[in-house]
Amino acid sequence: MKTILEYQEQFKKEEMTPLDLLEKSLEKIDPSLNAYITVTEELARKGLKKDIQGKLKGIPIAIKDNINIKGIPTTCASNVLKGFIPPFSATVIERIQRSGGIFTGKTNLDEFGMGSSTERSNIGPTKNPYDLTKVPGGSSGGSAAAVASGSAVISLGSDTGGSVRQPASYCGLVGLKPTYGRVSRYGLVAFGSSLDQIGIIGRNAEDVGVLLKVIAGYDPKDSTSSQSKVEDYGNLNDTPKNLRIGIPEEYFKQIDEEVYTSVMKIKKAIEKEGILFKSVSLPTTGYIIPTYQVISYAEASSNLARYDGVRYGLRKDGEDFHDTIRKSRNEGFLSEVKRRILIGSFVLSSEAIAEYYERADLIRRLITQEFNDVFKEVDYLLTPATPTPAFPIGERTDDPIRMHVPDRMTAGANLAGIPAVAAPAGMIGKLPIGYQLIGKPFDEKGLLSIVRLVEKIVPFQGFIKEAQDG
Amino acid sequence: MAEYKTTIGIEVHAQLKTVTKLFCGCPASFGEEANTNVCSICLGLPGVLPSLNKKAVELTVKAGLALNCEIHTRSIFARKNYFYPDLPKGYQITQYRFPIATGGKISLEGREIRIKRVHLEEESAKSIHEKDKSLIDYNRSGVPLIEIVTEPDIDSPDMAVAYLKTLQKILQFENISDAVMARAEFRCEPNISVSKEKGILGTRTEVKNLNSFKAVKKSLLSEIRRQTETLEKGKTVEQATIHYSEETQKTWVARIKEESSDYRYFPEPDLPPLLISQTWIDEIKTTVGELPVQKKEKYVELGLNEKDAKTISSSTTTSRLFEK
Repeated sequence: MKTILEYQEQFKKEEMTPLDLLEKSLEKIDPSLNAYITVTEELARKGLKKDIQGKLKGIPIAIKDNINIKGIPTTCASNVLKGFIPPFSATVIERIQRSGGIFTGKTNLDEFGMGSSTERSNIGPTKNPYDLTKVPGGSSGGSAAAVASGSAVISLGSDTGGSVRQPASYCGLVGLKPTYGRVSRYGLVAFGSSLDQIGIIGRNAEDVGVLLKVIAGYDPKDSTSSQSKVEDYGNLNDTPKNLRIGIPEEYFKQIDEEVYTSVMKIKKAIEKEGILFKSVSLPTTGYIIPTYQVISYAEASSNLARYDGVRYGLRKDGEDFHDTIRKSRNEGFLSEVKRRILIGSFVLSSEAIAEYYERADLIRRLITQEFNDVFKEVDYLLTPATPTPAFPIGERTDDPIRMHVPDRMTAGANLAGIPAVAAPAGMIGKLPIGYQLIGKPFDEKGLLSIVRLVEKIVPFQGFIKEAQDG
Repeated sequence: MAEYKTTIGIEVHAQLKTVTKLFCGCPASFGEEANTNVCSICLGLPGVLPSLNKKAVELTVKAGLALNCEIHTRSIFARKNYFYPDLPKGYQITQYRFPIATGGKISLEGREIRIKRVHLEEESAKSIHEKDKSLIDYNRSGVPLIEIVTEPDIDSPDMAVAYLKTLQKILQFENISDAVMARAEFRCEPNISVSKEKGILGTRTEVKNLNSFKAVKKSLLSEIRRQTETLEKGKTVEQATIHYSEETQKTWVARIKEESSDYRYFPEPDLPPLLISQTWIDEIKTTVGELPVQKKEKYVELGLNEKDAKTISSSTTTSRLFEK
């Protein structure tokens, strides 16, 4: 399996052309996976013709369909955006284009990013390339399935509570959620604005780092983006030394035994490299899911208010304006989005805000403080990325509480705004499972360096063979 | 009926005199062809984010200083959520708990009106209602507005008008707003109550749709009459939104407010807290000129009579000529 840098080498030596790579990638788009909402073959071919020299020259990249590419429909897997074609590209898209990257298509997701399985989509579920009866994870399941099956070298997703890391774990890939503000959100359709961060799903740490370097950095169009210095995230040759990694006990409860064993294998392997491990405790872990739900639903209820059928998207005319809104939204949204808008509106209402939203905001600060404190003792935290491997399609669609279970591992990093990465820990039967590393703000390079170290000492054997090139 | 005491507080919305809108680069100019000064941001398309206009913050601080307010070095934008076709995001970005300026005052013929707060927010689009359809012009969407709220320190329609005229002059004089009422750049919503008992306020109503100072005065007089008559009949005044008709010169209840609307305010996550340095506030302070009232007092001291002093001080052109 080649890395982005290896493809660039091949292009330079003319052993392969970018067009060859694009053709091979497009051939691997497997309709039975349902990973793509829109395939952008024409756009990709046009992109190649421009022959832009850059770090991503000719690299086929899949984009989650909640990130705008000018002139290509953005659907967010929702009927409410029917017919909407954005007149502008997200900042990340512009940066990728300036680096020569090309786009294979817009990938499937849970409607507006709300879900952990990519089943709640208006085009139906995406399937896990490892086992078509299992979910690929979500909400960036389409982006994960595209990379795992080889139709894209790397992809962009978005991560509000784990939506990049959890599918990466279920599909045997590296999924990075950067620090809040590391990557511009301009052009990403908002779900939970204080939690959302564009993330990357790739096959190895170096690829993820190479793409991160291109998309990271301050953007005047996003007031929450950071001025903090962009590092050479793709250069991971230095082996991490003198590190202390914490094992938070709360994250190892209520998980599959095989998941425990897989993560412990990773621990043992890196321990041999001289990295110290320490047991730590994060007592607020049990509050992560309810806190995440209250805050993300509240923000979503406001962010999704703009879909009223007045200016774009689906419009169902009613008796008066309010009736038109009601009808358009009722037909436009699927049930999970409606559920979250209702709860989100409630937790912000004057009767409930003190008990719910404000309390959640307070607990969020405690959770953040707890991470800050633990990072005085250790440099990183090692946890499972998900409590179980991929679950069967249909198993949790009627059970929103169970659907949220994987968020327990991942949503803490979103609440605290800190970076986290999921990477393959091994296979359980025919399904991959991931470990997660959580780090200090803006230490993406450190996180990726450890993932790179693991790749060297315990290489992941589970990549899908058909996905490999050449 | 003379024993009834009137209490009035006023909320003013004034459009700021900036070149561009509050959160995007579109021109904030007035009178262009409909839906030409628009972009993805002020149309609220999926994926956009607001970027704050620095000039609008400067003018709000200036307004706060001109009204003797305390300027807060940290303030927070909030979302006010409600559905309306002229509100493209389904929420308005405004300030709620932590406005830029609070606790000011304005002197008016020997009396003082306390200013509760001055905050910065975005304008909505303009709805044009026709017989069988409504049209929306988004040129106005996102134009910067300041909201200036008084304490209930006004006790007559005349005093209300005097306050509004003074405030309008200050905003114009300081180059904060053109404040032309006919162009809706200066809009006022008085709330009014009458009460017999000293120290106890009656139920207030809010008067909307006032396009001139004359309308302010007449509507308030009409509303005092209506509320007093209601109480005299032994009935209670209901909390309501009141409209005023120029034709009949009467007020009427447009909407009974059973409970206050729930706007589900929460801090705007797309904008970090607004930090205004003391140095910047001090800099802005140097641009605040002498207010018309202060000028008038100075002219009186120089020996002019009240009337002349008031006339000359009331416009920048005449006061400049006089001071030469």
